[in-house]
Amino acid sequence: MLRFIVGRLLTLPPLLLAVSVGVFLLLRLGRGDPALDYLRLSNIPPTDAAVAAAHQLLGLDRPLAEQYLSWLWQALHLDFGLSYVTRRPVLDDLLYYLPATLQLGAAALVVTLAVSLPLGIWAARHRDRLPDHLVRALAFVGVSIPNFWLGFLLVLLFAVTLNWLPPLGRGGLSHLVMPVVAVALMSLCINARLLRASMLETAGQRHVLYARLRGLPERRIVQNHILRNALLPIVTATGMHIGELLGGTLVIENIFGWPGVGRYAVSAIYNRDYPVLQCFTLLMTVIFVLCNLLVDVLYAWLDPRIRVLREVGR
Amino acid sequence: MSVLVQEDGLSVARRRLRPRRTTLAGLTLVGVIALAALAAPLLPWDPEAVDLLARLEGPSAAHWLGTDHLGRDLLARLLHGASVSLGAVAVIIALILTLGIGIGGLSGFLGGRTDRIVMRFCDGFLTVPTFVLAMFMVGVLGTGLTNVVLAIALSHWAWYARIVRGMVLSLRERDFVAAAIVSGASRPRVFAEHILPGVLAQLVVLATLDIGHMILHVAGLSFLGLGVTPPTPEWGVMINDAREFIWTQPMLMLWPGLMILLTVMGFNLLGDGLRDRLDPTLAGDDH
Repeated sequence: MLRFIVGRLLTLPPLLLAVSVGVFLLLRLGRGDPALDYLRLSNIPPTDAAVAAAHQLLGLDRPLAEQYLSWLWQALHLDFGLSYVTRRPVLDDLLYYLPATLQLGAAALVVTLAVSLPLGIWAARHRDRLPDHLVRALAFVGVSIPNFWLGFLLVLLFAVTLNWLPPLGRGGLSHLVMPVVAVALMSLCINARLLRASMLETAGQRHVLYARLRGLPERRIVQNHILRNALLPIVTATGMHIGELLGGTLVIENIFGWPGVGRYAVSAIYNRDYPVLQCFTLLMTVIFVLCNLLVDVLYAWLDPRIRVLREVGR
Repeated sequence: MSVLVQEDGLSVARRRLRPRRTTLAGLTLVGVIALAALAAPLLPWDPEAVDLLARLEGPSAAHWLGTDHLGRDLLARLLHGASVSLGAVAVIIALILTLGIGIGGLSGFLGGRTDRIVMRFCDGFLTVPTFVLAMFMVGVLGTGLTNVVLAIALSHWAWYARIVRGMVLSLRERDFVAAAIVSGASRPRVFAEHILPGVLAQLVVLATLDIGHMILHVAGLSFLGLGVTPPTPEWGVMINDAREFIWTQPMLMLWPGLMILLTVMGFNLLGDGLRDRLDPTLAGDDH
């Protein structure tokens, strides 16, 4: 298991390096001159002298490869430069907003799993009857509804009409309810559908038939023989949902005045605050990649076939 | 307590019949929305005509669904929004399919070192979460509808390239492809005539299933203010415009969201139906 984890960890640095090169190149070769944006955001008139000075200050006058390497060297020392707008170190700014985003994202992940698993099992056990129809109808609407609109619908119902929940801000548990539902619903629905399908497929396999022939009680068959196998696709899907949940969080923060990185990033895109955009993209990627690593490890732990095959293969 | 067993004959038969209904429902919904998009320019109301004397009005004979905060006709804006969304998605899908088939298909077909390099390149794209990648691309390209369309295409094509490559790899091993090569067909011809048709059928199904997802992405980015620029009617922007009035005029927000919901539902139904009819191998039990 340790070998598996270490092997998987070793694939990360080259991947992240490649992403950092891509991000760097796209930003440099993209439209416009960052120096002009820098001057605009600093309220300095773009005279020739000022542009030249900005070029020198930002290191834009050096060859591209040199610019990248010096950026990388600083990045390895956790220095991602200064924001053009706030003039503070970009990483400090992002880390200031990050806990709120992670809190919302993690809560959404927990809710996704905690609700979708019982729903999927319930639907599978009552296939083609009322619970199944209910879950499928919910799942169908849930995957089609825009998350930000759902957020407003919740505000409309629970804050404006019923006055049960606070419409804005971050604080206690009551602040968390609506944003979490808005972020989680889509992944939750996809997961429930997937688990239902996966359980029905497993139910047709021979080891389940054998368990039935042995006269095991239904509860044990479902728990030990069906659910265990049926959960594997869910683990893989969860890795993908983490990306969706992260994206959803960035949008939903905007609605509920949630002080996370989403709003900071959107204003950076508006202002063309390149250092922020660069660091934001890499930070989100690192979080996403680490979460997926965790999912992979979990998968290997749950399914010995994967673990053994990969270790033998290596 | 119910017993969880594999399907019996009756429920299999029922399921076989369902796709027809699903496809039909999806086609109807998408058809109505498409009709709205086509009919919008023919209607007498101008979606961008500002009338500050008629701000935030309720439904009336002149404005069937009322007016927004600038006195613009809500119905006209909703209908025009359909053409903006459908147009954007059509371009996105075309771009993604072109890039996916071109890059993924060639990579799988040529194999060897090209394939390895191209796939590493795709891995790079797949490492960044899709929505974050789309946001980053908008940051690079700048805001606006065209750039949002490009950004979404650029953040999704790698998935398609991977899938197409997988399909090409498995088709390449099939007997009819070997037969074509043996009978002396050139490599481009083998690719175009023997491999591509097989890929396209499955890809159309996948793309249809993904259209709803793309519509949500376009609306989401527009909602954040990164997409369509103001006077143009777009559903995500309309929802964002309406947020100040959620306490007083909630209908302003409900309508555009409902349009998004119905459009996405239509494409999802259509995709599910098409999948079951055209491509039984992909058919899950999840509909």
